[in-house]
Amino acid sequence: MTTARAAGQRYRGASLRARDIRMRFGPVEVLRGADLDAAAGEVVCVIGPSGSGKSTLLRCLNGMETRTSGTVLLDGRDTADLDVNVLRQRVGMVFQHFNLFPNKTALQNVALALTHVKKMPRERAAEIALRRLGDVGLADRAGHRPAQLSGGQQQRVAIARALAMEPEVMLFDEVTSALDPELVKGVLELMAELARGGMTMIVVTHEMGFARRVADTVVFMDAGVVVEAGPPEQIFEAPASPRLAKFLSQVL
Amino acid sequence: MNDLLHNFFDWELIRQVLPDLLTYGLANTLMLAVASALLGSVIGMVLAIMGLSRRRWARLPARVYTDLFRGLPAALTILMVGEGVFSAQVGWLASPYPVAVLALSLMSGAYIGEIFRSGIQSVDRGQGEACRALGLTHAQSLRLVVVPQGVRRVLPALVNQFIAIIKDSSLVYFLGLVTSQRELFRIGQDEAVASGNLSPLLATGLCYLILTVPLTHLVNHIDRRMREGSRPAPAADDRPVATATEGAPA
Ligand SMILES: Nc1ncnc2c1ncn2[C@@H]1O[C@H](COP(=O)(O)OP(=O)(O)O)[C@@H](O)[C@H]1O
Ligand SMILES: [Mg+2]
Repeated sequence: MTTARAAGQRYRGASLRARDIRMRFGPVEVLRGADLDAAAGEVVCVIGPSGSGKSTLLRCLNGMETRTSGTVLLDGRDTADLDVNVLRQRVGMVFQHFNLFPNKTALQNVALALTHVKKMPRERAAEIALRRLGDVGLADRAGHRPAQLSGGQQQRVAIARALAMEPEVMLFDEVTSALDPELVKGVLELMAELARGGMTMIVVTHEMGFARRVADTVVFMDAGVVVEAGPPEQIFEAPASPRLAKFLSQVL
Repeated sequence: MNDLLHNFFDWELIRQVLPDLLTYGLANTLMLAVASALLGSVIGMVLAIMGLSRRRWARLPARVYTDLFRGLPAALTILMVGEGVFSAQVGWLASPYPVAVLALSLMSGAYIGEIFRSGIQSVDRGQGEACRALGLTHAQSLRLVVVPQGVRRVLPALVNQFIAIIKDSSLVYFLGLVTSQRELFRIGQDEAVASGNLSPLLATGLCYLILTVPLTHLVNHIDRRMREGSRPAPAADDRPVATATEGAPA
């Protein structure tokens, strides 16, 4: 199995700030004023129990969900002034279930948005797509369809697909949760590599080891609010709130 | 007993009618069916997209249209559309073929729309989300990713619908056809009436079966291939729909 080769790649990470994000599904208020801060090039890991609103918060950041109120600043500017499709090019997203296009090859998966969103000529899009596949260590699998790839490889193609848009922030929603245990490491290594390259990353994860090692800030969410945020040592070694202490005792 | 046999298997009569059936009869039936299937697919796709819209004002007309044209007997629709158009005296529509194609398309469009809709609906939500997360518009995500996947899954149902159109095309005889315009059914019917013998209709039936039986086997073949093709794939979102043949009229 090939490992990630994004080494040396540099990214232009931008800062992302979310203030007082509220969101309701019908009568249920799922986010009740959540804040989140990522300086340019920082990695923020979001942890918390299932149903606490981590995914919803992430999806509010790139307009996949429409928040009820609150502001999201990208590189210091209000994203409400941006066209949502431009926002999504600048803030990439990777999903738990990869969501690759099953009837397209790895290369076509990565090239699709380059030709249809960035309006590149086909040859140029293919060239860039191949380079991004190289960055995730899968240049030799360019012609494979998702079904012919392992879960870990599929997730790396999905990361390459997001990277191809040259995002300034990347959102990861439990991207290793659907993987067989032996495939998790390769994907986490690749993400650590992106972090070293300067990408701003918001990572919802159950991988506490990864959060401890790679995160600049760890954010603990419960019941639609950020209960506690701080550097990993503080969050993991000296939790201030009983809720976080209880959560950590359950997952560690 | 011999009479009965002779009534169905008069080889002389069959030999007489076969040239007409095999030359222009078959061609006319195919032309009607193919044109109606194409136009019906366009109507069906519009209906499917409208039916899947979040907006009520788009869903409602699609729903009403579908209920209407699926709920009426084919013969009634063809006659009503046909006579309606004739009486409106629209110039280029004054010949039976465009009118028949129109009527068959309006009708099959309702069925095809339901087939497309079920196919598109069966595509994993994550596919559209992945598109939107990349900055593709809703329309692009449908056109480039979701619709092609949805349509592939319902290919068997679409072929079934095409078979139904071939059979329904026989109803065009209601609209009055001059000799060279006759399709399979009308040729057999005319000869049967002229000779007072059912053998020409038997020959006609065989011609329909030449068209439809291979198509039925094609359906089974696609069905089987989709089932086998999807087995090794771990991705849960690439399964063919279990109810692939629903939506086609009997
Ligand atoms: N589309 C939706 N419709 C209604 N409720 C939803 C929807 N998505 C999420 N929720 C609810 O919002 C809450 C938070 O969900 P989510 O953000 O997925 O939590 P997490 O990612 O932390 O597990 C849950 O109670 C969930 O049931
Ligand atoms: Mg979640």
